[in-house]
Amino acid sequence: MKPIIEVKNISKEYRRGAQKEQYLSLRDQVFKSFNPSRKKETFMALEDISFEVYPGDSLAIIGKNGAGKSTLLKILSRITPPTKGEIILRGRLASLLEVGTGFHPELTGRENVFLNGSILGLGRAEINRQFDAIVDFSGVGPFLDTPLKHYSSGMQLRLAFAVAAHLEPEILVIDEVLAVGDSAFQQKCIEKMTEVSKSGRTILFVSHNMQAVRNLCETGILLENGIMSQKGKIDDIISSYHNDLIKSESVTRLDNIESRKGKGHLIFQKILIPNQINKPGEKIKLGLQLKTIVPGLYQNLDFGVAIKDFLNNTLIHVSNKYISYEIDHQNDSDIYWFEIENDLKSGNYSLTLFIRASDEIEDWISDKIFIEIGEGNSYGYSNTDEIQGMIQPGFNFYLNYHGK
Amino acid sequence: MEQRITPPSKFSLGFAELWQYRELFYFFTWRDIKVKYKQTFLGFAWAVLQPFIMMVIFSIFFGKALNVPSDGIPYPLFAFSGLMLWNVFSSGLSGAGNSMVSNANIIKKIYFPRLIIPMSAILVAVFDFFMAFIVYIGLVLYYDYSLSIKLLYLLPISLILTIIASFGPGSLIAAMNVKYRDFRYLLPFIIQVGLFVTPVIYPISMLGDKPWLTKLLAVNPMYAPISLIRNALVDKPLDLNMIGISVVSGLLFLVIGIYYFRKTEGYFADLA
Repeated sequence: MKPIIEVKNISKEYRRGAQKEQYLSLRDQVFKSFNPSRKKETFMALEDISFEVYPGDSLAIIGKNGAGKSTLLKILSRITPPTKGEIILRGRLASLLEVGTGFHPELTGRENVFLNGSILGLGRAEINRQFDAIVDFSGVGPFLDTPLKHYSSGMQLRLAFAVAAHLEPEILVIDEVLAVGDSAFQQKCIEKMTEVSKSGRTILFVSHNMQAVRNLCETGILLENGIMSQKGKIDDIISSYHNDLIKSESVTRLDNIESRKGKGHLIFQKILIPNQINKPGEKIKLGLQLKTIVPGLYQNLDFGVAIKDFLNNTLIHVSNKYISYEIDHQNDSDIYWFEIENDLKSGNYSLTLFIRASDEIEDWISDKIFIEIGEGNSYGYSNTDEIQGMIQPGFNFYLNYHGK
Repeated sequence: MEQRITPPSKFSLGFAELWQYRELFYFFTWRDIKVKYKQTFLGFAWAVLQPFIMMVIFSIFFGKALNVPSDGIPYPLFAFSGLMLWNVFSSGLSGAGNSMVSNANIIKKIYFPRLIIPMSAILVAVFDFFMAFIVYIGLVLYYDYSLSIKLLYLLPISLILTIIASFGPGSLIAAMNVKYRDFRYLLPFIIQVGLFVTPVIYPISMLGDKPWLTKLLAVNPMYAPISLIRNALVDKPLDLNMIGISVVSGLLFLVIGIYYFRKTEGYFADLA
């Protein structure tokens, strides 16, 4: 049997800074040509990646932020071309990172189903055939003829996912979408996913959620700084990924994140997370480094850190303000540390970071940084699955005790 | 079905692929037309009103006040026949020129032949043309001209030439706009200048005593379609030399535009 995906020696080179200075102007170009001494700096986002996927396989692509996962998916879905190498696809590929692409707020739900469907590669006849199933799955039936701009964001997402779920491609690429939506809908999505994988279709799955990865995939590849360091059985891949995370103190750059809010005069530069995976009960440590964009006096800093679960519930929200720690910004090389008691259940959590100076929000980053609480529980109980609570605080138990 | 993904290599028009994705032309055009007239009170009437009001204004100032000649055609009819094609060009060019940037969110996420986007932008302008054409027929009848056989074949020819004239520069600017946002500001300027160097509101015969200038104006790809559609109303021979220059220039722009677009499209997603 021929593989459905053959990736042969794929490399992708980016020019450094090309991502950041998105707006080139003619003036820049003219100045550059007068200054030929400036060399083009490049870096390899992917280097010599080769693997094969056979029909019906589910392959997980795992790696830290910036390891090249998204670049690989972009090349596979032909959004950006590789610099070297070749990929052969023997089937239609659709990716769920496209959820809601092309949705137009002025058009009605019905119109958007057709538009989105056709952009994702469905023919008009095919959409007509699937239309009722899509509407049924989304649960937005009564609002079909309302412009999308009046939908809640949850409804928009459900409609978008419903279209994507009915694409029926031979190869399905899923990128972290499980992290959105309400829980009932999420359950629906997971069912759909499992149904897709059982129906013999090929799945490529990119996620930081190791539980979901393990449930959905049998094999995986591990990317490290653009290089494929391992491929094989999913359990082996996950454990080397974990070892890799544990041994390296993770420093993630924050100053190149695009979607952020705030004034932006003083922004987050880096976040240091000594333990990429915290044991349950082990304190969560986070180091934050700032970067002064507009020189000035930044006084009365207020660092906020929120830890959210995958349903977007804020479980923890801490700030130096709450414990009356007053501090002014001195130096960009300073690192501000949080040490947070951890009663969280094992799983993945996303961080929201914000910084205020003199009561003005300077920077705000959400859903870009993830932390993981490792498997097990702080009680030392053998059957972790039995413990239901999201929060697992320390507690005592007494006989005939009267609250004294 | 087997697809190969390789680094961009030799140039191809990708026609087979465009055909494969033909339904997307329909959907993008349909979306843009819908969105354009959504939440407007007058709706599609705007497609008619725009050139009509411009015609009235030009007729008052140029036709009546300044007595601009109009090759023996009543000035309002003369102006409208030029304006309805000019509008295809101007709104097609500006739609196409901005199309890659305004559809960046789609380009960054999904693959399809990119040429569909600027092409659909021009098809939207063609839709407006058909609305305006109804008014044109009305004007022709009002001024007691007959709908000749000549109009029947000159209309499609001049419309196709207009599409070519807008698509060449349109795709060129669309591609350059992705990289250099300067074109967003240049575009309205180019269109404004274009109106004056195209014989839309004045006849080229006005410049009869300066042959070098007329030749220069014929380099304008919009010269040919506008002269052709006006010729449908009069019994004059066409200056085929001038038409030829204009058509060749339009085709040249088309080749350059598509070539540059196809050559750079691979990197749109990284830059948009």
